[in-house]
Amino acid sequence: MNRHNLGGEGRAVALPSPVVRERALVRLRDLASPVFFLGPAGLAVVVFFLVPVLLTLWIGLTDMSVATISNIQFVGAENYVRMLTARYTPRILQNTFFYVFTTLGLFNVGMGLAIALLTTHIEERAGTLFRTLWLLPRITPSVIYALLWTWATADAPFGIFNQLLSPLGVTSQNWLSTQPWAIVIAANGFVGASFSMIIFTSAIKAIPQDYIVAAKVDGASTWQIICRITVPMIRWPIMFVTAYQTLSLLTSFEYILLLTDGGPGFYRTEVWALHAFHRALSNYFGNVQFGYGAALAAVLVVIGIIASVAYLRIFRFGQMVAEPKIEVR
Amino acid sequence: MVSKSKAAIPYVVLLLISSPLLLFYGWLFMSSFATRTLGLRPLGFTLENWRFLVEPLPRRPDVWIMTTNTMILTLSFTVLLLFIASAAGYALSRLRFTGRRFFLMMTLVLHAFPSVTLLIAIFYVLRALRLYDSLLGVALVKTALDLPLGIWIMKGFFDNVSWDIEMASLIDGCSRFQSWYKVILPLIKPGIAALAIFAFLSGWNEFLLPYIFVPSFKNQTLSVFLRGLVSGGGEFRFVDYGIVTAVGVFYIIPVMLFFIFTQRYLLTIYAGGVKG
Repeated sequence: MNRHNLGGEGRAVALPSPVVRERALVRLRDLASPVFFLGPAGLAVVVFFLVPVLLTLWIGLTDMSVATISNIQFVGAENYVRMLTARYTPRILQNTFFYVFTTLGLFNVGMGLAIALLTTHIEERAGTLFRTLWLLPRITPSVIYALLWTWATADAPFGIFNQLLSPLGVTSQNWLSTQPWAIVIAANGFVGASFSMIIFTSAIKAIPQDYIVAAKVDGASTWQIICRITVPMIRWPIMFVTAYQTLSLLTSFEYILLLTDGGPGFYRTEVWALHAFHRALSNYFGNVQFGYGAALAAVLVVIGIIASVAYLRIFRFGQMVAEPKIEVR
Repeated sequence: MVSKSKAAIPYVVLLLISSPLLLFYGWLFMSSFATRTLGLRPLGFTLENWRFLVEPLPRRPDVWIMTTNTMILTLSFTVLLLFIASAAGYALSRLRFTGRRFFLMMTLVLHAFPSVTLLIAIFYVLRALRLYDSLLGVALVKTALDLPLGIWIMKGFFDNVSWDIEMASLIDGCSRFQSWYKVILPLIKPGIAALAIFAFLSGWNEFLLPYIFVPSFKNQTLSVFLRGLVSGGGEFRFVDYGIVTAVGVFYIIPVMLFFIFTQRYLLTIYAGGVKG
């Protein structure tokens, strides 16, 4: 604001006045401070996000594999054409959609909402206890967690499912082989449910009590209160979880890798992300195909960017970035 | 009477849907002290499974070395994430500069980004940086992948600090850095604690990154070691589940204790994060 006045002063004394020099230094410091605060984050993002994205896109256009590593050829869109025409692509695509939306609906949103509602309608301490119990899968190392499911679904006489179900007349079986989808979805869902459970619980607790009390005075039942007040009032968190978890599920494959590794049989539970991993990093087929795997990954990258931009619009990004009240200094 | 039995319904439903968890974790602890289990029925009790604590398992590295490795990975990841995320979160919350909107937008996009799909390319980046097969390399990768979430959470906490306090500190002659370090950071200790806990749990549990990027024996972490124990025999019946569960319990105890003592803080992470 004072720049004009300063210019006048400068001319008046011929040499740059101390005031001008100080201002210049302040400007330098102004610049330095965002650089200092954001520098490390920016560097990490460039090295481990930006460069890998570009690399992924580039590798996806080559025939890079263990066999061709010494003589990499640029093949253009060949990997993408191959992906479109591959016999198993529809199957993997179908698997991916089935996996994402079933897990999301049943567990990551459905079960999470159920637990949040149930634990907020019982005594506070008991509610906390149950929520802690549901957080266990999330804090359990994935290897052990997968082991628990493998064990529970194992053949008789080892598995607990068979032990508990055979008295009820259910044929003894290895559940991971006979019902791989049910187990994969439940195992992922038990982890996923805790995320929405916490967000929904805090949202439910933030609802002003006046609404609930008023409804009760008017004679509403608990069920009516839940349907007409609680759930409508937490619709934003529900949308947020749905959007966010869709993307998480789309790219998650760790538990599937540990549980079924895409099997049993031919790509029974193979999802897109796991397929990219198999092609590009695992020695499953002997010849690791970096190029094809990267092309598969690039598809997910594009979907991720499109989806997150769409979510930014839905969640009205502009409102979230109110300008700071002090200028950089 | 009717209302009493009605009040019991949520408890019954909760117990029913939580029963797999109760059974699973009950079995895990029991099995580590059992010779062999048939379902939930132990065939006898023993401490033999826990021998790995005093002598290494055949053809496997010493468990204490792997615990140290896991600790190194977890702590370096936690420190890196805390430092970088709190600096960047502060800048995005409090500094006005060109490109701020872009940075915020990018944080959100990366937050929803399929980071795991970049593993192939990250492999080459790590090799180029000579950080392949090093725990520090994995810690750096993990920091970068968790950074969007960390920045967003820290920004949420910074947003909640009153502007008056910062104005006052600036008027009293603090530089922006001093204000961040001496005035604001101490005010958001709960936020720092929450992110630290989140980072510790997540780092301790990390499996995929060390599994892919740290192939050598001497740098192995507990998660990779456990995976080796489980998949080593292939078929379920050939795996020595007594030992596997004992190692599993050994691996899980630190995070359990850590979680029990700090969960109050962890639950605030979502409050700070979701408010944005």
